[in-house]
Amino acid sequence: MKQLKRRLIDWIEHRTGLETAVKNFLYEQIPASSGWHQVLGSVAVFLFLVQAFTGLLLAFNYAPTPGEAYNSLKYIVTELTGGQLMRGLHHWGASMMIVVVVLHMVQVFLYGAYKKPREATWIVGVTLLLLTLGFGLTGYLLPWDNRAYWGTVITTQIAAKAPLVGPYLTRLLGSDGNIGVVTFARFFGLHVLLLPAITTFLIASHIYLVRKHGVTPAPGDNRPPKKFFPEQVYKDTVAIFVAFVILFVMAVVVKVPLERLADPTDTSYIPRPDWYFLFLFQLLKLFEGPLEVVGTVVLPTLAIVALLLVPFVDRGKAKRLAQRTVASCAVVLAALGWTGLTIAAIATTPKSVPGVAEGTVTNEGWQTLSPEALAGIGYYRQEQCDSCHNLTEGKAKVGPNLATTTIKRSVGWMVDHFKNPVRMVPGSSMPPIHLSDAQLSALAAFLLTVTPKNAADLESAPNAVVDGAIVYQAQQCGMCHILNGVGVEVGPVLNGVASRHRKAWIEEQIRSPKRHFPDSMMPAANLNPRDMEALVTYLTSLLSN
Amino acid sequence: MNRRTFHLILIYSIWVVIGLVLAVPAAIYLLWPPRPKRESEWIEAGSIEQLPLGTPEEFIFRRNRVDGWKVNSEKATAWVVKMKENELVAFAPQCPHLGCAYHWNPKKSEFLCPCHASTFSIEGKVLTGPAPRALDRFEVKVEGDKLMLGSVHKSGEVSS
Repeated sequence: MKQLKRRLIDWIEHRTGLETAVKNFLYEQIPASSGWHQVLGSVAVFLFLVQAFTGLLLAFNYAPTPGEAYNSLKYIVTELTGGQLMRGLHHWGASMMIVVVVLHMVQVFLYGAYKKPREATWIVGVTLLLLTLGFGLTGYLLPWDNRAYWGTVITTQIAAKAPLVGPYLTRLLGSDGNIGVVTFARFFGLHVLLLPAITTFLIASHIYLVRKHGVTPAPGDNRPPKKFFPEQVYKDTVAIFVAFVILFVMAVVVKVPLERLADPTDTSYIPRPDWYFLFLFQLLKLFEGPLEVVGTVVLPTLAIVALLLVPFVDRGKAKRLAQRTVASCAVVLAALGWTGLTIAAIATTPKSVPGVAEGTVTNEGWQTLSPEALAGIGYYRQEQCDSCHNLTEGKAKVGPNLATTTIKRSVGWMVDHFKNPVRMVPGSSMPPIHLSDAQLSALAAFLLTVTPKNAADLESAPNAVVDGAIVYQAQQCGMCHILNGVGVEVGPVLNGVASRHRKAWIEEQIRSPKRHFPDSMMPAANLNPRDMEALVTYLTSLLSN
Repeated sequence: MNRRTFHLILIYSIWVVIGLVLAVPAAIYLLWPPRPKRESEWIEAGSIEQLPLGTPEEFIFRRNRVDGWKVNSEKATAWVVKMKENELVAFAPQCPHLGCAYHWNPKKSEFLCPCHASTFSIEGKVLTGPAPRALDRFEVKVEGDKLMLGSVHKSGEVSS
């Protein structure tokens, strides 16, 4: 058995040189001082691989166009087993990668590992940091929810304000005028094609350069070198494991938000970037008017240039931190600046206020609904809105929960949306509803009334009563009667009619009003028995105020 | 156990654990069927008032089909046969061989699949050709004069 294995390895070695390559890699000599502080680079590579893996899996169930993107992501997280986990790993993996890459850079900086002859390694590393941020920036748009949309609006507007190159950047990002399919395609292309390719190439170059120059020894380390495998590999592996456990727990425990479908007309949305861009966001607020460009472009560019120039500015031989006051001060100042700006950004973020819907009725319960809204329940059922929407808690469906969705819309907007969903909400997969304007208004009136609190009660409205409300609306009874406070008071208020008259009397009154009151103005309604029954049931179900 | 062995065991076991924790959910994510959106429902396929006795007719109707993250409203068809008074059969429109659309050949009184020339009797039984089983049937029920279609059962499966 052992001999067979040896022969197989020899066979491969003869043809590929794989064994030698792996041995060269693993038995690389590293300074005796290497240890736990040098694990971060390996952790970053590992996280990059996790991002590639989970990103690939997400792409297998993802449609990279606005709207569709949202629906497919929703499908991933609600209908596919493990989908939520994959998205969680990808989302938190991105955050974690930024943390680890920055820590890696700080470690290299503090150890003076960027100094001659390792300038190229440092520059490639800084570029990798920028690429990591680029992944975060482009990936932010891909869920195409409100957060993604508004975040990217701001990003592209900032790019547009860059001196000289602004207009060209705008053209490149496809954000002339508006964020739409072109911007989306550009961001997606960057995120899954260009950035991964460049990053892979640069990671390979980075590792090659590290190997070429050898791992930087700690100052004053004169001991004989040791081998990379297994001791340092063990340390790297343990660090990777710790990072992976943290990432996995985050992915399972912390739910990644998927907000409402991107809505360019939503004026109440408060866009905020991901936490690692908050400092830039806050920086921007410090500069106003013509100086704004200082915060958006000049300072970040200067920071990047400064980072790239670090090995050329700091050419001193000293590596021990105690001898490098300026360098250590720079790290402390950068950390303080970043933290301060981030905290300020969080502190000044206004709490999102759930807007009060236009025409919202604060009533609870179906018995207090206006006849129009109650009829709306009927259309809601008739059109089977519930096959794609929930009102109460329940199994997630294609469309949003209509009770928790903060609808801050006019009836007119909603009616237009029902008639042509895509026009009002780009990318919506909702089919148009074919009802008359009056019926759609009723549906809108109902949906404006629903809140998470009364949803269950409204859903329980009996069919017979709801049908009665539809008849009530169709017969325009509200032109002469007041019901639940809605209508015109020509005839008597209908609340409490059940305590004044019996069913048969009401029925007769509707059929031939003149029989009870010879000079009644009320027009006779010729209803079929089913409608009559429904209407009378409705009227007798009314609360008598 | 010396230091080196300890390191080796830990390295290998950690990578096995990480590999499994990533690979198993990934396999489930790719292979597990999506949670069903809703129970199968009855679709109105059309009126059977004009349906002649003993001659299959192609019913064309619209239905919603769940397609990944979308629900498509699309045209669908069924071959409906009135076998006798009060006995309706609705065949799914794909040949059970490789899914081609077959049609009724009135001259020979048989269903013919144009792809590989399978033929089926009016009851859906295979007469000739490579088809592995009889035509699949919709669950049917009649409401008034409207034909309602339910889910498709593969022939050979016992329908409830």
